[in-house]
Amino acid sequence: MTGPPQPPDTGPAEDHPTDDDPREEHRMSMETCPECAAPVSPQDRFCEECGRNLRVQRTTVGGPETVARCACGGEVFDADGFCGNCGRARPSARDRVEFVLPGLAGVSDRGKRRQRNEDSMAFGRVRGRGVAAVVCDGVASSERAEQASQVAVDTAVDVLLTAVQSGTDPEAATKDAVLAADAAVARLARPGADAVAPSCTFVSAVVADDTATVGWVGDSRAYLVAEAGAARLTTDDTWAAQLVAEGVLTEEEALTDRRAHVLSRWLGADSGLEGPQAVTFRVETPGLLVLCSDGLWNYLPEPEDLLAVLPRGVPPIEVARELVEVALKSGGHDNITVVVVTLRGGHGA
Amino acid sequence: MGLDFGVEVFQNEYLPEGQAQVDAIVTVTATGTAAPAPVEGAAEVLIIDTSGSMRYPPTKLAAAKQATEVAIDTLRDGVMFAVVQGTDEAEVLYPRGSGLVAASPHTRAGAKQAVARLRADGGTAMGRWLMLADRVLATHTGGGPRHAILLTDGQNQHETSQQLARTLDKVAGRFTVDCRGVGTDWEVAELRRISEAMLGTVDIVADPAGLAEDFRAMTAAAMGKAVADVSLRLWTPEGAEVVFLKQAAPGLLDLTGRRTESGVRTGDYPTGAWAAGESRDYHVSVRVKPAKVGDRMLAARASLVSPGGEVLGQGRVLAVWTDDTALSTRISPEVAHHTGQAELASAIQEGLEARKTGDTDTATARLGRAVKLAHESGRTDTAKLLAKVVEVQDPATGTVRLRAGVADADEMTLDTRSTVTRRVGKG
Repeated sequence: MTGPPQPPDTGPAEDHPTDDDPREEHRMSMETCPECAAPVSPQDRFCEECGRNLRVQRTTVGGPETVARCACGGEVFDADGFCGNCGRARPSARDRVEFVLPGLAGVSDRGKRRQRNEDSMAFGRVRGRGVAAVVCDGVASSERAEQASQVAVDTAVDVLLTAVQSGTDPEAATKDAVLAADAAVARLARPGADAVAPSCTFVSAVVADDTATVGWVGDSRAYLVAEAGAARLTTDDTWAAQLVAEGVLTEEEALTDRRAHVLSRWLGADSGLEGPQAVTFRVETPGLLVLCSDGLWNYLPEPEDLLAVLPRGVPPIEVARELVEVALKSGGHDNITVVVVTLRGGHGA
Repeated sequence: MGLDFGVEVFQNEYLPEGQAQVDAIVTVTATGTAAPAPVEGAAEVLIIDTSGSMRYPPTKLAAAKQATEVAIDTLRDGVMFAVVQGTDEAEVLYPRGSGLVAASPHTRAGAKQAVARLRADGGTAMGRWLMLADRVLATHTGGGPRHAILLTDGQNQHETSQQLARTLDKVAGRFTVDCRGVGTDWEVAELRRISEAMLGTVDIVADPAGLAEDFRAMTAAAMGKAVADVSLRLWTPEGAEVVFLKQAAPGLLDLTGRRTESGVRTGDYPTGAWAAGESRDYHVSVRVKPAKVGDRMLAARASLVSPGGEVLGQGRVLAVWTDDTALSTRISPEVAHHTGQAELASAIQEGLEARKTGDTDTATARLGRAVKLAHESGRTDTAKLLAKVVEVQDPATGTVRLRAGVADADEMTLDTRSTVTRRVGKG
């Protein structure tokens, strides 16, 4: 990297919300309670008015709220959600989601070819302790894939944030999070419809103190980007990746192989999952942790590709936006989700 | 008034990137068990051509009189009716005065006596007949169907085409008219113009002996209507344009030009009166602003609306843009079928027109195309009529030769029935 990554923010005063940040409520303010707007002081752990935990900030459970306005400006929708002006279906709030917290941010986009955004992301921050983030990619051939990925990220990030707060071993917490998410997604399945049971991939990061833990199931990825260079932290759970590992295919052949995206492991009723793969490392130098769905890495498979397009010296939300933009400009054939976590190096996030 | 309208939409909503035109067949079925409108609510005007041409052959006027008498007999007690005789003028033959009278054994007998005394003399000005029918029907206070039957044998010689057009503009939508041509001296295009404007049917009565049964069927159908003046309301999104709206079954009827603006991006098209259980197909073609691949759009909302503005049924025409060619190349059998039926009608009409003007090549090509389309869509009725005008060598390829001596009646029957269509799977 030619410039140092943005130092992580220590509080909302250093947050970098931008004018077009669509989610006002995610700009946390320590002056008022984000839940009930009662005045609170920076030392308070809980809001005295409503009891909300003020040390933990996280993205909305259940994903973004309904969109009130059509792209054409129309605000009237019929019973089936079609705009009374231009006739287009009410945009799903999931079509484009941006979440910003101090030190980390994410963008999820429907892309240009899919009818729905079946990716989900959730992340949170425990003041003074660390952050946790999860990205899940709903399997398109399954039912209610967007519900699957949303339930998975919500369930997992809860487990991870609790662990960050209590200082539990992050790898153990990651395994708990994955198994809890797997069970939650499994509960969505209809009896007797195993073949199309809702399912999704998983990639998570926990950054606390001076260590980072990445866990994954499926082909969503994590990359570490630092001044010295970039590295991929995950290995895909796909048939193609297995064949590459076994020397049957080269990396290049695997990318174009029709089995490139056929998952060998996933979350859901039919997963038979025992746990994630995980890796833990010391954060020694400043950098960025990038979690993403295959909608991004299809266009930027190698760490060097990512490094080449990565904007420098901008806050995490700008990094995430730019990476999503690259995928959109390259065709946007799939849903694209990118979560960027600032790594301070040496003293935690 | 108590009908509900079931609306079904048949289409392939998947469009390739950039495609703007959206086609759908909207099937409207009047449901519910609403009884026909109370008889006092219905009004019927019988218009009989008594121009000089009706004298030859003498059986012609006799047959027309007989048919009118049958029609009078089919009027149920209480139906308000009148009989109009038309020449280059128009006159209420029965009852005396210029209004309607309730049908009863007494008035039916009176009307039939008046018809029996009719003599043929004078010219033909159909617009004036319709104007008088309109004035007579305007005295009607009931809320039921208003219907007229126009029976003629000749051409509209005593007024200009523009005069007729002005009259049709004025009276369209106020009542429906079924037209029947007797013999072969009348113009198919002329009567079709009237019946289309007045949302009725047109047919040839080559054999006057067949008139009575036809009249019985027409009056029975008209009086069986449970609701009158239903409109098809079409909402389209901003930047969209209605390419056409046609009734596609049971007969072809282009309603595109009959639109009345009724709201923002909303227009009403007249569909006339409906009987319980009646079902019709409409072909809607809309050009929209294409959205992005993956986007869904409501390309049109079709509603059946009562005169009071009550929505009686509703359907949606959708558009979804996709780059999946397996989806976007699917053919909607309903849209394809009705597109074929419309082409069949225009091939017949254009072929006969070319034949009349001596353009043998065009006539052979168009009628050959019609034979092929009739063959493909299983229209054996039309195929039989075509075979009287052309010698069919191979129906599968539409190879035909024009016949030399064709009876006028055969040609006119083919022409008038060209707009009768069939539905998918009912051919």
